[in-house]
Amino acid sequence: MGIAIYILAFACLLTGVYALVAKKNIVRIILGIAILEYAVNLLLVLVGYRRGGSAPILARGEAPAALAARAVDPLPQAMVLTSIVIGLSVTALAVAMAIRLYDKYGTFDMNDIRNLRG
Amino acid sequence: MKGMTLIVRNVAGLISGFVMMYGLYVVATGHLAPGGGFAGGVIIMAGVVMLVLAFGGDRAKALLDEKRCHVIDASGALVFAVVALLGLFLGGFFKNFLPVGKVHEFFSGGTILISNVAIGVKVAAGLVGIFLALIVATRQVMPKE
Amino acid sequence: MKELVPLLVGIPLGTAFLIVILAHVRGLSRLTGLLATAVVAVNLLLGVWMCIAMHDGAAPAIWAGEWNGLGRPIGIELVCDGLARLMVVVINMVALAAIIFAASYMRRFTTVWLFHSLFLLMTGAMNGVVLSGDLFNMYVFIEVAAIASYGLVAFGTESEELEAAFKYLVLGVLASTFILVGITVLYSLTGHLNMAKMAEGLRRLPKPEGLSASPAVLLAAACLLGGLALKAAMVPFHAWLPDAHPSAPAPISAMLSGVLIKAAGVYALARIVFTVLGVNPYYANILIALGVLSMVVGMFLALGQWDLKRLLAYSSISQAGYIVLALGVAAEVLSRSPPDRAVAGLCLLGGLFHLFNHAAFKGLLFLSSGSIEQATGTRQLKQMGGLARQMPVTGFCCRVGALSIAGVPPFNGFFSKIIIIIALALAGRPILCAVAVGVAVGTLLMYVKVQRYVLEGAPTQRAVRESPWPMGVGMAILAVVCVLGGLAILPLKEYLFDPAGKVLLDSVTAAGRLAMGATP
Repeated sequence: MGIAIYILAFACLLTGVYALVAKKNIVRIILGIAILEYAVNLLLVLVGYRRGGSAPILARGEAPAALAARAVDPLPQAMVLTSIVIGLSVTALAVAMAIRLYDKYGTFDMNDIRNLRG
Repeated sequence: MKGMTLIVRNVAGLISGFVMMYGLYVVATGHLAPGGGFAGGVIIMAGVVMLVLAFGGDRAKALLDEKRCHVIDASGALVFAVVALLGLFLGGFFKNFLPVGKVHEFFSGGTILISNVAIGVKVAAGLVGIFLALIVATRQVMPKE
Repeated sequence: MKELVPLLVGIPLGTAFLIVILAHVRGLSRLTGLLATAVVAVNLLLGVWMCIAMHDGAAPAIWAGEWNGLGRPIGIELVCDGLARLMVVVINMVALAAIIFAASYMRRFTTVWLFHSLFLLMTGAMNGVVLSGDLFNMYVFIEVAAIASYGLVAFGTESEELEAAFKYLVLGVLASTFILVGITVLYSLTGHLNMAKMAEGLRRLPKPEGLSASPAVLLAAACLLGGLALKAAMVPFHAWLPDAHPSAPAPISAMLSGVLIKAAGVYALARIVFTVLGVNPYYANILIALGVLSMVVGMFLALGQWDLKRLLAYSSISQAGYIVLALGVAAEVLSRSPPDRAVAGLCLLGGLFHLFNHAAFKGLLFLSSGSIEQATGTRQLKQMGGLARQMPVTGFCCRVGALSIAGVPPFNGFFSKIIIIIALALAGRPILCAVAVGVAVGTLLMYVKVQRYVLEGAPTQRAVRESPWPMGVGMAILAVVCVLGGLAILPLKEYLFDPAGKVLLDSVTAAGRLAMGATP
């Protein structure tokens, strides 16, 4: 079970890259960005996992040393929160640009949106 | 955009208060339990979005102003930046200069409570502003060339 | 003194939000431009003062919140060593010129307060990239600068700008994702995010037979180098730059070309290869290959361009290749046994000097192209002509910029290119030396072409007037830097480039890494 979930995370990463690179519709590209973000966040959370560990929240009357012995690593969770916010901002910006591109070009197809060349 | 049926409108109106209160709870107890500014802000924004979807875009345009969202958003971020830079003069950059109480108390953790509330306000106002700009505001569709 | 370092990051970010509030208060929206210019000027003065005051080798480490990171990595560190001070001066110098220039260039747009706010976010985030001593903190600031720049490239919301910004966004997100995968793997191997502690941890990992590092470290290095090479616009990851840089408004093109690909791309590459991963023939050869490809391909693609800003964008790829080539050869020289510190120091001096120079003259060229575009309304070389007589200030600054980048003495480009060429020859790489000389000749050709079509010849347009004075002041600042860079090379070397080069040279020794702040 241990290695299967890492393989799943990398498979999601590759799916996201495929969607980003091979798809022509702008909305599908934005979905590819979202899948890519999910995959990387999953990988980051998995790094902090400890077998048989519990949530890193200090219970009443517990010493910090006992917390460090039983809990999963909280640092990747903080990193993932930051990464989720960054992903949200980028997705919002991409969606706003896609809406304006539709207004200007009338289509969502990347093959038709090619004014710039050379 | 139009609103939804009578049942949806009534239920949304009843529930939205609880949703936003839950969001405020998640923001306020960020230093005691999982959650904090960002998650609570998103929950508050979800409550507002629920109301806008239930009652329709026209009423939203009449009641909610995108520019006010920008100002509230920027004030939340400014409070966060001021707290960080104020710590510069009172110790170290980002230092906790208010009294740090006992663990598990509500008024403990010094400036973490202020930072959480500022971020919660910023995220809620910012995301509501994005939602209004993308969905509710009118756009000019250019003719196809 | 060391308490003022976080102000370099905190004040631009705070003022960006203050500008948003001020813009909605009636009557105060004119002030946003003045406020932004004042903040950037204060940043530049603070950066220059820190260079002079910290010249004696002090590299203070500031821990955010005074969490000193003993044991577990819970503190975020800001490090202001020589390399960071050099980058701070470069970033804020180009930012000051760009924002003074923008005072009259951006009058064609409404919502100019949005431009000032995003510009300050980008500048503050770039300052954060170069000042941070923590790998994830650097990644977050790279992202903030990149997101601000996506918005700034699409600022005019015309169809071409939106298309270019969307392509830039998609490729930028791909790069950022791979950088994060690399950081994840490195964290899982060492358990630290602080660059100094991570470097120590990586050196203690067991090495298998036949490879120079464990396979996980090689995977992380591949992801990191690939992602950062895209941010630095190295060939073959350069596809976003020729669309994004010309479509952006001129002050933003100057910032992107002059500073963003350096601060978020080349600086991060240097920090990661020299400090975190450790110099190694593998990584050095990757940097050399990227540098050579970028130089040659960028030059050939630029020679055939007839659009002025597109030519300048391709030329940026070529010159960034010079810097990465110099860094790569320095890394390779340092990884020999015994390492030749003198030759590596000369390579690093050439590379860092070229970084400083390229920011100055490429910024100057983009600003003057913006001024030309505002006056004549076109970006095509064949439709311009005789502008040296019709627009004297812009013409003079454009000529200074073109001569600097072509490597004509006594401007600054000549000195940095000759130092790189001599250092390549001394390092025992004659083929690379010949390639560098060839690309320098090609650069001279392309800028002679620019000067012939833009400045000389018969005037093709009537009614072309000189641009308003803020544009002239912005260009003059960078032109003065170009001239002083050539004449005042010795004080610059002592105050700016030697401390920066020393940081990179020392980072291969354990003492140098500890000095980066492993002790509180």
